[in-house]
Amino acid sequence: MGYVPNTPEDQQAMLTRLGLSTLEDLLAPVPENVRLRRPLELPAALSEPDLKRLLNGMAANNQNLDNWISFLGAGNYDHAIPSVVPHLQKRSEFVTSYTPYQPEVSQGMLQAIYEFQTMICQVTGLDIANASLYDGSTAVVEAVFMAIGPGGRGEVVVSEGVDPQYRRVLRTYAHARGFSVKEVPTRNGVTSVEDLDAAMSPTTAAVVVQQPNFFGCIEDMTAIEPVAHRGKSIFITNITEPASLGILAPPADYGADIAVGEAMNLGNAISYGGPACGFIAARSKFMRLMPGRLVGQTVEEGGKKQTGYVLTLQTREQHIRRERATSNICTNQSLLAVGVAIYLAALGKQGFRELAELCLQKAHYAFRQITAIPGYAAAFSSPFFEEFAIRLQVSAQKLERHLEQSGIIGGYPLGKNYAGMEDCMLFCVTETRTKADIDLLVSALKEVQA
Amino acid sequence: MSVESLIFEKGAPGRRCATMAAMDVPTEALDRMIPANMLRKQPAALPEVSEIEVVRHYTHLSQRNFGVDTGFYPLGSCTMKYNPKLNEDMAALPGFARLHPLQPDSSVQGAIQLVYELEQYLAEIAGMARVTLQPSAGAHGELTGLMLIKAYHEHQGQGHRNIVLIPDNAHGTNPASATLADYRTVEVKTDPGNGGIEMDHLKALLEANGTNIAAIMMTNPNTLGLFDSNVAEIAELVHEVGGQLYYDGANANAVLGITRPGDMGFDVVHFNLHKTCSTPHGGGGPGAGPIGVKEHLVPFLPGPLPAKGDNGYYWEDAGPQSIGKVRANNGNFGVLVRAYTYIRTYGPDGLLHVARSAILNANYLRQELSSDYEIAFPLMCQHEFVATAERQKAESGVTALDVAKRILDFGMYAPTIYFPLIVHEALMIEPTETETRETLDYFVSVMHQIAEESRTNPEIVKTAPHTTPVGRLDQALAARKPNLRWTPGQEVTHS
Repeated sequence: MGYVPNTPEDQQAMLTRLGLSTLEDLLAPVPENVRLRRPLELPAALSEPDLKRLLNGMAANNQNLDNWISFLGAGNYDHAIPSVVPHLQKRSEFVTSYTPYQPEVSQGMLQAIYEFQTMICQVTGLDIANASLYDGSTAVVEAVFMAIGPGGRGEVVVSEGVDPQYRRVLRTYAHARGFSVKEVPTRNGVTSVEDLDAAMSPTTAAVVVQQPNFFGCIEDMTAIEPVAHRGKSIFITNITEPASLGILAPPADYGADIAVGEAMNLGNAISYGGPACGFIAARSKFMRLMPGRLVGQTVEEGGKKQTGYVLTLQTREQHIRRERATSNICTNQSLLAVGVAIYLAALGKQGFRELAELCLQKAHYAFRQITAIPGYAAAFSSPFFEEFAIRLQVSAQKLERHLEQSGIIGGYPLGKNYAGMEDCMLFCVTETRTKADIDLLVSALKEVQA
Repeated sequence: MSVESLIFEKGAPGRRCATMAAMDVPTEALDRMIPANMLRKQPAALPEVSEIEVVRHYTHLSQRNFGVDTGFYPLGSCTMKYNPKLNEDMAALPGFARLHPLQPDSSVQGAIQLVYELEQYLAEIAGMARVTLQPSAGAHGELTGLMLIKAYHEHQGQGHRNIVLIPDNAHGTNPASATLADYRTVEVKTDPGNGGIEMDHLKALLEANGTNIAAIMMTNPNTLGLFDSNVAEIAELVHEVGGQLYYDGANANAVLGITRPGDMGFDVVHFNLHKTCSTPHGGGGPGAGPIGVKEHLVPFLPGPLPAKGDNGYYWEDAGPQSIGKVRANNGNFGVLVRAYTYIRTYGPDGLLHVARSAILNANYLRQELSSDYEIAFPLMCQHEFVATAERQKAESGVTALDVAKRILDFGMYAPTIYFPLIVHEALMIEPTETETRETLDYFVSVMHQIAEESRTNPEIVKTAPHTTPVGRLDQALAARKPNLRWTPGQEVTHS
């Protein structure tokens, strides 16, 4: 039945070895007062062909990004994935293994993660990186925990330019753990340094700023850094679009202590937002405060001294340190991290820069075209990477519906999260959009106006 | 096998793999778009390799890795069952894999339907009112569950409750999650007779701390693979003092269709879909850790939750008492598609058969290994059991680590070792239901041989493994001189 290989005859022989007669006899330790004495109320079993039909039908009931022209970003970015990436990442020796507790037979996964850690350091400019976290939002939380320290209290200052979902997650954790979160407003689409200055206090443990921020705008990190570092405050950069690092200054260059973010869209399917791939990189002084798995290079014991890779500094982790661990994370997003490593290897030094430039140029072309249409105005004049907010004269909902008729998934309605921006839509243009796609959007926007 | 050099050591300047999209728009000068101080000065020092080099490199790495598809993987408490290929194909359908998480609900009706139905299935399996699919892994589910319990107590005016009781054989994530939720953990002892919770100790703790108890976290069957038959009484006692019961579902493979956490008296449960529902473990993740709750905790669930109305499926925002989101977007959706496919493959009778077959395989191994190895609690077990290398250690100094390493020489992965912490020289073995009798018999014969070797030629065990790509690695060196990344000029030793 299903994927249980043993036949009733096999099982009977095994039961006989145990001196039992039926499978039910195995359940003797489960007392009657908690037994479920009815079948689970679930749909009956389906064959593989029937299941394929069912799921193909459900999948067909979604408008997917292969068939629609999407200008949605807002923390989740669609990038082209070279065919080599899934072919290699999905090799079943990677897919069907688990946390490499036995390094002698797990060198492949360990080395791939070591390469991932190295690449995250290369793109962020920082000293160390871990093997991945659940997603960008929980990576922000983990960075804040590092800044606050074990059992610590204090206040975290967060720019309103940080992804609203991430801020919501941070507040959830802050309430449970017992620290407070203070938000700093943006002006002209970027963090108000004046307000950040006013928000800083002697209890400020960390400052979190996103680059590019949720509006797609490029923060002036060199102006923010001295304020963010006041007192003992730790400066954390959040990067939801690491493709930007092909062209934007790496966090190490502007003095960030910790860089976190979301790397899933570097080579992994967007998959309705998950599985995601949080990353965290930091200066080496934070090494023993890092959450989660770390892979280190070492050599064989004894005389041979061949290079190998192991999980290391495990005394930080829950399975050793239990209630004093730096984090509770166990299962992470390793397979996604392998995907990121293969993707970054495939793009390489030149390709990674070209990717960023393609996104930047295409987005700026779209911006120029859209803002030239009467009734569509730039919400901000700050520099941006591949996303920009546009003030509309029609409701975002009406526009969404109209664009749908042209096979277009429109931008993100900023009114969902920002008061006073009910008439704003956030458009994202990555390298996956062609000039023809952009021109189609522009003509559709013109029609709504007319 | 020789060392596979790092991707950074391969290739040559100017070498390329991926081709980029065309620059088909008029361009502008960079310095007109990005302020000079925010421009990257040096390109990231990523590899410069051709496609064939990328393919061979990561193919070689995969060949240096052992998965369930390679062979038997009896890693206790991790439920390393076979991962059906069908599930991979379904998750990769463009209609699921190519969805943006912020698309309007009207454009993702199939996706919301899937999570809506999966929630119902998991609620039924758990005996709970509702389930959130947001948490990304078991530990994430634990923390979310404790946050719900905290929010509930606060709502009841019981916010002072600050203690979480945790059995001494619990997974390490339990106490670590409790700390993150700002709770103090107090350990409950294991009854040396039946391997369950020591009832007198529990009663004493409840009496001493009753009004401060927020919750107890339990795994049932526990990490010894034993079903705690006092569970209903434990639930009653904890509820009497106002505490909540959290069920760590890491071992839920043993209970499918047999008993339900909700019926045992638990208020919150998490599932590890990568264990129970066969979604692949991915070398350490991704998983998914949905949590189910009883009715009184529903208002506190993270939002949004899937709902069905006259106009189809939609995401319903959480109410005012919600703890808020625990991650961005709506969970590890790709993992959820696989779990959905798995549950629909089996149906109610099939899932019951899964659990009973897993229990049979574990008991069969327990019985067959018991002449060569001590069994920590020689009782009828559930999906796993704990053997030990105590006898071997006393006889010849062979440890659980040595036995584990020697197993690798025979083309199998090792059991979980030195866990649970209360058992010396522990070898925690979970065969799962997807292994054939012949594989189990082969494992038994290997374990028998290792027991023999421990008596007659212990050196071969102590110096194992002998046939793997690398031998035992210097863990102490790795921790003493951490090298967590490659840097140009770094010396890599090839033999």
